[in-house]
Amino acid sequence: MTEGYEQAYERAAADAEERLAAAADIDAVAGIERELLGRRSVLTEAKRRLGDLDPGERAAAGRRLNAARERVEASVAAARIRLSASGRADRYAAERLDLTERLPQTAPLRRGHFHPVTQARDRLEDVFVGMGYTVEEGPEVESAWYNFEALNIPDWHPARGSFDTIFVNLGQPEEVMLRSHTSPVQIRVMENRKPPIYIVAPGRTFRADTADATHLPAFNQIEGLAVDRNITMGDLAGTIDEFVRAFFGREVKSRLRPSYFPFTEPSAEFDISRPDGSWLELGGCGMVHPNVLSNCGIDPEEWQGFAFGFGIDRLAVMRHEIDDIREFVNNDVRFLGQF
Amino acid sequence: MKVLLSWLREFAPGIDGDPGALSDVLSALGLTVEEMTVTGAMPGGVVLGRVLDLRPHPDADRIQLVDVDDGSGSTLQVCCGAFNMAVGDLVPLARVGTVMPSGLEIASRKLRGQASEGMCCSEIELDMGDDAEGIMILNDRVAAGAEPGTPLAEALGLAPDVLWDLEVGANRPDALSVMGVARDLAAGLGVAFEPPDWSTPASGPDISEAVDVKIVDPTLCGRFVGRVLRNVPAGSSPPWMANRLMALGQRPINSIVDISNYVMLELGQPSHTFDLGRVQGARIRVRRARDGESVTTLDGQRRALSAGDGVIADGDDGVIGIAGVMGGASTEIDADTTDVLVEMAWWDPPSISRTAKRLNLSSEASTRFRRGADWGYNVERCMNRFVQLAVEQGAEVAPGMIDERGNLPDRGPLRVRAARVNSLLGTGLSAEQMAGHLRSIGFGVDSAGDTELDATIPSWRWDTETETDISEEVARLHGYENIERTVPTGNEAGGLSPYQKDRRLVREVLVGAGCCETQPVPFVAPGALAAVGLAEDGITLSNPVDDSQSVLRTSLLPGQLGAVAYNQRHFNGDVRLFEIGHVYLPVPEGQLLPDEREFLAVALSGEEAPAAVAVLDLLAEALALPAVELRSAELPGMHPTRSAEVVVAGRARGAVGEVDPEVLEACGVSGRVAWLQIDLQQVLEGPRTRRRYRPVSKYPPSDVDLAFVVPDDVAAAQVERALRASAGSLLTRVELFDSYRGSGVPEGSRSLAYRLRFQAPDRTLTDTEVAEVRQRCIDETSRRTGATLRS
Repeated sequence: MTEGYEQAYERAAADAEERLAAAADIDAVAGIERELLGRRSVLTEAKRRLGDLDPGERAAAGRRLNAARERVEASVAAARIRLSASGRADRYAAERLDLTERLPQTAPLRRGHFHPVTQARDRLEDVFVGMGYTVEEGPEVESAWYNFEALNIPDWHPARGSFDTIFVNLGQPEEVMLRSHTSPVQIRVMENRKPPIYIVAPGRTFRADTADATHLPAFNQIEGLAVDRNITMGDLAGTIDEFVRAFFGREVKSRLRPSYFPFTEPSAEFDISRPDGSWLELGGCGMVHPNVLSNCGIDPEEWQGFAFGFGIDRLAVMRHEIDDIREFVNNDVRFLGQF
Repeated sequence: MKVLLSWLREFAPGIDGDPGALSDVLSALGLTVEEMTVTGAMPGGVVLGRVLDLRPHPDADRIQLVDVDDGSGSTLQVCCGAFNMAVGDLVPLARVGTVMPSGLEIASRKLRGQASEGMCCSEIELDMGDDAEGIMILNDRVAAGAEPGTPLAEALGLAPDVLWDLEVGANRPDALSVMGVARDLAAGLGVAFEPPDWSTPASGPDISEAVDVKIVDPTLCGRFVGRVLRNVPAGSSPPWMANRLMALGQRPINSIVDISNYVMLELGQPSHTFDLGRVQGARIRVRRARDGESVTTLDGQRRALSAGDGVIADGDDGVIGIAGVMGGASTEIDADTTDVLVEMAWWDPPSISRTAKRLNLSSEASTRFRRGADWGYNVERCMNRFVQLAVEQGAEVAPGMIDERGNLPDRGPLRVRAARVNSLLGTGLSAEQMAGHLRSIGFGVDSAGDTELDATIPSWRWDTETETDISEEVARLHGYENIERTVPTGNEAGGLSPYQKDRRLVREVLVGAGCCETQPVPFVAPGALAAVGLAEDGITLSNPVDDSQSVLRTSLLPGQLGAVAYNQRHFNGDVRLFEIGHVYLPVPEGQLLPDEREFLAVALSGEEAPAAVAVLDLLAEALALPAVELRSAELPGMHPTRSAEVVVAGRARGAVGEVDPEVLEACGVSGRVAWLQIDLQQVLEGPRTRRRYRPVSKYPPSDVDLAFVVPDDVAAAQVERALRASAGSLLTRVELFDSYRGSGVPEGSRSLAYRLRFQAPDRTLTDTEVAEVRQRCIDETSRRTGATLRS
């Protein structure tokens, strides 16, 4: 051996330190580590050959060899730390994004919007479903029987004129029409089903109104009907009150005022309280007229009921402070996109 | 119906208190106060002035100079922009310093160099009416001898008063009068209701010598009361009467017309006056019209009558008036009239209603007859009042009164069960309490034991006839607010139907896909359906609001294209829209109503057909629709080579693809529009796939790419079906990842490249197994479709 084992260990360790310091990436470090500490490395080979030494030399040589290994191992660890820290930093720096740059091609998600009237209708349905009602629907083109006669409005009745009905050219004159309220659904349900009945009927209704900021010839109403053995006017007032608080908020109050509708008796308008203490008229209601029950084959001596109805569009107008109701049918996405 | 507090107090002096509190009582009784105004509060400083001289303004054409005597002894010069005055006229003069109702303070000022020391006023300036045209001329409206300088309120007999405008339901004909409102309000306040009555001495020959009246059809006319007046006054009404009429919205016309209106507003009974000298044979017959008859009415119109209309006929059996609706021109009273027959009648409401509606003639009188006038003593009270007012103004009245009777309503007594009333209202009132409420508004009530009562319905409540009607009266007087609030206990679980839930899901999916929900009106213009390539067979409206909205749509296409065009016109660019709405298809054989269905439409402007197919796929997956196929078909309004029929579970349910470019052009839409329309109702109510659990495999898949050369007339869907059929359950995914035409692919074909994923639930597939199934796919697909593997 031309060189003493001590020098060999030292040289190997120093060489490793030098190369590790210069290593450019983790792969290079791994290569040096394999070369110096691996199974066929100088230091491993030297350890295997410790047994060839004199017993007197063996212990000292072993200690030196271990020291050299530890130096190499420490250098490897240091190199790994150095390289991984800067590698992460460089990589992150290279990947930097400004998240406030919103280019359409990088953020293609765009949701659509529910029509504000649908939103109001869904909210109403949800409240009434929560109160134990099912939701019924009916046709928009109706016969005089469902729109008027079965509702206790005979052909000569003064109330007929007040509906401003839009008639269609089917059947006899004024026999078929666009329904002027959602009340025909009451009749259809009662004709087809035995009480107890607890339903609401939202839907489109029509009146011969020229479109302006507050009127449309096609608009939306919701109707409620409860028919059971012992339904009272107190139940009507309590139901209206429960609905008003659930829909508008616990602090909003309701009141009933006498009114007149041919299909209810007693009849009432219902109002809700405004923050300034005044009252806002919301809709009409009353106890189902015995003639209406009889018209549907329900015995008014056995069953009683209440009904109520009001506009849906107006609730959307109030909620969003919309000043021109014609936007509901223009379908401008700048309008629809607000809700 | 408008009422004045002062007038109400003539029927119930106990009505008193804060006007706002009285409003609340009226509303709670169902006489809803629409408006309350304090009237007759004339600004201090407005006095009666007399015009002494009128001169042109030297430097202004539109102003004249008026010298006014204001009672102070000196003459004031006023610049005035109105020219309807004459020297000697009495006019309202606002002195300098007066604050007008508008807030304007009258100041001494100069107009083009001429002094103006006050203002002559028009109706609107004094808040006394709507007339802004000229200065109020008061010559006939002030008490005789009123001197210039008298405060105007005093000169006109005005006192501060409260005016209510009430909304009165069709079931309350009685409340279309001051007396009827007073009766309710007195009951609501618990004060006495004391209607006055009037009597007037008669003179001259008895009425029986002047006229003969017979009711020929008793089903038309229940009662005909008449009196004869002579020397009826022809001038204008006294100021107090004119003021009250104006306050209630009725313009004074002449003495007799005003009396008629006054009595109607005060007591509710309309009347009609005939010039007796012009009634042939001085004979009145009340009967139904015959087809072909006609009459010229007071408004000068010739009106054709039809059988069923009620008419008044004369001695020649000629029609001289339409009963309860409008009088005839031939017997109208005028300046030459001497003898007048005053008619007060009760007409059958449905008869009057039908005639008024058919002739489109509505009046204050017919409104009251249609709702049912009072048939009881009130008719005589009203006649007494009419006579008294006429005689007060110089007329004479003949002794005797005609009172012919036909069929009158039978209203009682009606047995009312207290328990039934309580059960309807949710109250616990005793029969005696109910009786008290009913008596307070004039019902006759006899007790029939503790639990029942017999009610006689008053003659002024034609609409009231059943126990339920009585319940409403009890509730009204008890107070709706005093009914305890409860909720029903019998209802079961509420909920949406499966259809309604799915419809919400459809909306959510589409909103998630970036579509905005639209709600266009469901009417289209004539020709609009043809313009989008559809049959022009929409049902038409008889009385459309607008001729451009007179046809019911049979498709959502016109509305959606309208919305796309609207957005393009407003620079909103391309839009994704959808609508769920009804269409109205032709009436099925043997039915009355149209075949009405709920459709879904999606319109994607600036996008091509595959975008619409992608939306369909999204919905099909969300709704678990079974076997959605696209079938080539000629579809109205659709692009002939870029659309397909949507077939769900073997049934045609709609169309998908692009709208025909010619249709787009006709609708003013630029660019392409990808389109989907399905019969939502049929689809949602049709069969659905059950979502059954399939375990997910824990073993690795093998992906295999295959490219086929496929002839153009073979749809990709056919290739995909063949692949699935040949691979069986090991094929878990098929993905078309390339479609290529060009070199290497023969003309009339394209290359379709698929990535197939094979995976078994229970093992890793061996290379041999994968190779086998791959080969089966190639062989079977080639055999079934004519596609060849692209090498």
